[in-house]
Amino acid sequence: MTAPRPSKFGEPISARRRSLVAAGVVMLGSLLPIVPVVASIPYLPPFGLLLLLAWRLRNPAILPVWAGAPLGLWDDLLSGQPLGSAVSLWTATLIVIDILDHRLVWRTFWQDWMIAAIAVAVFLFGARLASTPLTAHVDGVILIQIIIAAALYPLAARACGRVDEIGQRPR
Amino acid sequence: MAPPVASRTGFSRRAQYSVFIAYVAAGVGVVVGALLVLLSAFDPPAFAALRSGVAEITTPISSGFHGLRRAATVPGGLTDYFGGADKIRALRKQLADEHAIVMRARTINRENARLRALLRARDVDPTPVVVARLVNSSGSSARRFATLNAGKFQGVEPGQPVRGPEGLIGRVLETGLNASRILLLTDAESIVPVRRTRDGLPAIASGRGDGTLDIRSAGSVNAAFRRGDAFVTSGTGGIYPPNIPVARIMTDARDAALGQPFANPDALDFALVQRAFLPALPPPPTATEAK
Repeated sequence: MTAPRPSKFGEPISARRRSLVAAGVVMLGSLLPIVPVVASIPYLPPFGLLLLLAWRLRNPAILPVWAGAPLGLWDDLLSGQPLGSAVSLWTATLIVIDILDHRLVWRTFWQDWMIAAIAVAVFLFGARLASTPLTAHVDGVILIQIIIAAALYPLAARACGRVDEIGQRPR
Repeated sequence: MAPPVASRTGFSRRAQYSVFIAYVAAGVGVVVGALLVLLSAFDPPAFAALRSGVAEITTPISSGFHGLRRAATVPGGLTDYFGGADKIRALRKQLADEHAIVMRARTINRENARLRALLRARDVDPTPVVVARLVNSSGSSARRFATLNAGKFQGVEPGQPVRGPEGLIGRVLETGLNASRILLLTDAESIVPVRRTRDGLPAIASGRGDGTLDIRSAGSVNAAFRRGDAFVTSGTGGIYPPNIPVARIMTDARDAALGQPFANPDALDFALVQRAFLPALPPPPTATEAK
C-alpha cells in the first residue's frame, strides 16, 4: 500500500510521522556524551531528557506515555548511567506529568520550566544513587549539573518548537 | 492559551482501552527499568555487549570530532617566545645545579644494574599493547568512564592498565571490537595501590568522583602527608605495573589526604594500554580434576 499523496491544500505531516520525528530528536539529544571531551566532572546536561520533557510539555499527543522506556534505553546505552535508570525514571516522569496535567489545568512556560527542572533533578539524583556509592563526593558537582541542565530547558523547548512548527506548516 | 490536556477519552471504549494499555505499558517500563538497574548493580558487565555495540558506531564519529578539535587548537608554543632570554638563563642555572644530582643518579643506576645482574632478579617488562586516543567520556553521568579508540582487534582486554605520558589514567573495563571503555582513576569505584616516592610509604588511592583522589595510608598509623608528596603505583594487586606516577598531595594532612592526579585524560595526547602487570591466576583445580 502506498502512502496517500500529500495534499496541495496544506496538510501537516501525519501524527505517526510527528511522533517519529519527536523520538528522533530526543535520540539525537541523547548523543550529546559523544562530544570529544574527556570530562573529569559530570557537567553535560541530560539533553535527551530535556528534549523529551519539551515534547511532552508541548503537547501530550505527540509521544505516548510509554515512550520513556525505549528512549531511556537508548540514553542508558550512551550516557554511562547504569542500564535501566533512564528507562524507569523517564517513564515515571511521563506518568507523573500526566497526573499533573489533570491537576494543573492552566500552565504557562514558567510552570513547564519548573516541572522540567524538578524532573531533571530527580533523574540526576536517582541515577547518582543507582550508579555511585553513597560515599562518593559527587553531590556538589551534580547540583551544578542540575543548574546547567535547568538553565538549558528553554533552548530544548525552542528547538522542539522549531522542529514541530516546520512539520505542522502547510505545504 | 490553555495547554492541550492529556487524553480525555469521552465515551469511546476503544479510546479508553488504548489509554489504559498505554499506562500499563508505561508501568511495565518503570518496573523493568528498575529490575535492569538492580541487575546492573549486582553484575556490572551484564550489558557490556549492548553498550559496546553502540560504542562501535559512536566512537568513529567521536574520533572524527576529536581530530577536528585537535586541528582547531592553537599551538601552546607561541607564548614561549616572550621573555625568552630570562627563561634560558634560569634553565642554564637549573642545569648546572642538577648536574651533580644527575651524575650521582648515573652512578647509582650502574651500580643497581650490576647488583641486579648479581641477584639475577627477573624484571617483568610492561610491554605496551596499543597506543590510542581517548575520544569521549560519560560527561553527563556521575561515573567516570572514557572511551578508547581501540578494542579487541588491537589486543585490548579488560583489566589492562592505561597510562598517559604524565601518569596513570585508569584501566580497561569493557572491550568492544574497535572501542573499549576505560574506568578513569577518578571514578568513585577505582582503587589503586600506591607508594610514596620519597620513602616508599604504602597507600591506597581511591577516586572521589569529582576529579580528585583520596589517598589513605595503608601501612603505618598516623602517617603524615605533606603538600607536594608524589605517589606512584606500587605494583601490589597485579594490575598496574610499578612506578607509574599517580597523584600529588594537595594539602597537609594525616592518614588521609586529597590528591591531584598527574595525568590529564583530556590532554590532546595518546593513551598507552599495557599488559596487566601479573597475569590472572589459573582457576583452582575442580574436584573432578583432582581425582
